Amino acid sequence: MKAPRESAVRVGFVYPELLGTYGDRGNAVVLMQRCRWRGIPAQLVEVSPRDTIPESLDFYLFGGGEDDPMAMAAEGMRRSRAAIERGRAGGAVVLAVCGGFQLIGDRYIAADGEELEGIGIVDLVTRAGSPRLIGEIIIDAHAPLGRLSGFENHGGRTTLGPGVEPLGRVVTGGGNGDGSGTEGVIAERLVGTYMHGPVLPRNPVLADHLLSWVTGPLPPLACELEHTFHDTRVHEGTATGARRWWRDRMLARG
Amino acid sequence: MAVVAGRAAGGLSRITGRGAGATISGRVMNLLAPDALRELAQGQRVALVSATNGKTTTTRLLSAALEAGEHVVTSNSTGANLTSGIAPTLARAPGPGVAVLEVDERVLPRVVDPLGAELLVFGNLSRDQLDRYGEVHAVGDSWRRVTESHPDLAVVANASDPHVVWAAEPANVTWVTLGLGWRNDAATCPRCAALLQWSDDRFDCPACGFGQLDTPHRLDGDTLVLGSERVALDLALPGRWNLANAALAVTAATTHFGVDARVAAKAVASVRSVAGRYMRVPLGDGREARVLLAKNPAGWTEVLRFLAERDTSVVIAVNAHIADGKDPSWLWDVPYELLQGKRTAAAGERCLDVAVRLRYAEVDHLVEPDALVAARALPGDEVHIVASYTQFSALFRRFGNES
Repeated sequence: MKAPRESAVRVGFVYPELLGTYGDRGNAVVLMQRCRWRGIPAQLVEVSPRDTIPESLDFYLFGGGEDDPMAMAAEGMRRSRAAIERGRAGGAVVLAVCGGFQLIGDRYIAADGEELEGIGIVDLVTRAGSPRLIGEIIIDAHAPLGRLSGFENHGGRTTLGPGVEPLGRVVTGGGNGDGSGTEGVIAERLVGTYMHGPVLPRNPVLADHLLSWVTGPLPPLACELEHTFHDTRVHEGTATGARRWWRDRMLARG
Repeated sequence: MAVVAGRAAGGLSRITGRGAGATISGRVMNLLAPDALRELAQGQRVALVSATNGKTTTTRLLSAALEAGEHVVTSNSTGANLTSGIAPTLARAPGPGVAVLEVDERVLPRVVDPLGAELLVFGNLSRDQLDRYGEVHAVGDSWRRVTESHPDLAVVANASDPHVVWAAEPANVTWVTLGLGWRNDAATCPRCAALLQWSDDRFDCPACGFGQLDTPHRLDGDTLVLGSERVALDLALPGRWNLANAALAVTAATTHFGVDARVAAKAVASVRSVAGRYMRVPLGDGREARVLLAKNPAGWTEVLRFLAERDTSVVIAVNAHIADGKDPSWLWDVPYELLQGKRTAAAGERCLDVAVRLRYAEVDHLVEPDALVAARALPGDEVHIVASYTQFSALFRRFGNES
């Protein structure tokens, strides 16, 4: 195990006013607390849209937002792209959810054809689609992540570039929605996903996985509550998905 | 004929115990006669009340103020606020008078014309049930299309909410400054999408000049300032949010319907419970719990402010059915850290979601799906059950007639 860090883990919550629509603050809270509970100091850095995104963060959290705020967030993120890339090169982790997931890609193409340029730190493109994908979502991710759950609410159809790895395969729900059956993206010290809920409170294993990218291997926490919650959501989501699948099959047969 | 059939269906619904009867009878009426609303509204002066939070209470308070001013008032007091709930309300009107109708935010644009509304009362707009309501901006825009096409329509509106200001300003508006506790849905300018600047309780857009108005009517603590007049709002209802609801109601009753401000204020002061909100339920051990409805971050922000000042135990009861919003991620927008030091319980079908939120907020809690059992298990003379919509209505169905 690594020697204890001397400096606090800096959790950057980027543009809470613009990219915080779906409880995204929860992801920041979970990272902070799971550090503190292990005796690792952590510091929350809320980045205002009026400020440049610093390169000194350990985590860059980009959440989801409504249309106007998202366009404004994209502008600020593009202005700070160099800082974000330097932070990444220095070992920082990116977690991008929903709108934030779309904005770490190359571009978002709206229903009217208008293009919103992302920061392009991962090769993916999103087109607005219909219908909106709303509801519980369950995916299977690679070990050690396993089965993850979330709630999605988006109109995006996201296509990953060649060789880009999805976070997982959809068990039930929409996910990237481009017909590939995939959800999100995972790359070196980067996760993008449509799963909110928010995603880290629902999936403590994912939270600790992201943390370990910054801190090195972590001792487990004693409390079972978060894992019971994870298992319950996964179980209920999977069961609901199975019922929906049978119903659709019966309806299709007439 | 449609009205008769609708009433019959409503009666059946009540008899069979499946509901309060308002919504089903309205559905039948709408089905049989799409023009029913227009016919039913004949002879009524119609005032429509809408907001994300407080519309049921504001409707009730406005009705009380108008009744005190000797108007004959018809109102959908059970909170059935879709067109299906409005029609049977109007069908019950005893004769010509004022219809004070609570209207769902999304339904409002569709009913202003059929009802021939003469007054709109706009409270506030914030995120709520995003899985079915969609964006806050879109709701504000849909209201604004109504006011743009009716520039002479009277509106009483909260001047402190940028979305409401944007929605109301094309009409003939009487503004009242009520303050805004939750600002996280008003970061960008509704007119030009630039970042709004907030200082104290004022907002301004540095890009286009859209901003806070100085209004002669405003809420000052628990006093409503109406131009040169100051009226005390000595409410039986708790919380700052109800002062805002009352200020909006008294302003509408006074400026639009000519009710004396003191008469209106006295009437709203005496209202103790609104469709089960703030009702008391017996816990069976000699204690009673007070029930509050909170279903989104803006509502919870106000409720937390209220609870923080009291020595009370707190049950947080959350479901995630359609009427609650199927996505309880809003729990993470609420600063439950403010409950540290209080005895709390996580309840409802989604008690685990609540429990995990409280654990990360480092708030001591017990976990018990049944809100009443949870309330009984908490110590202290005072217990508040703060419930999401379907948790709340279950308690109201069970205890609504006792309080």
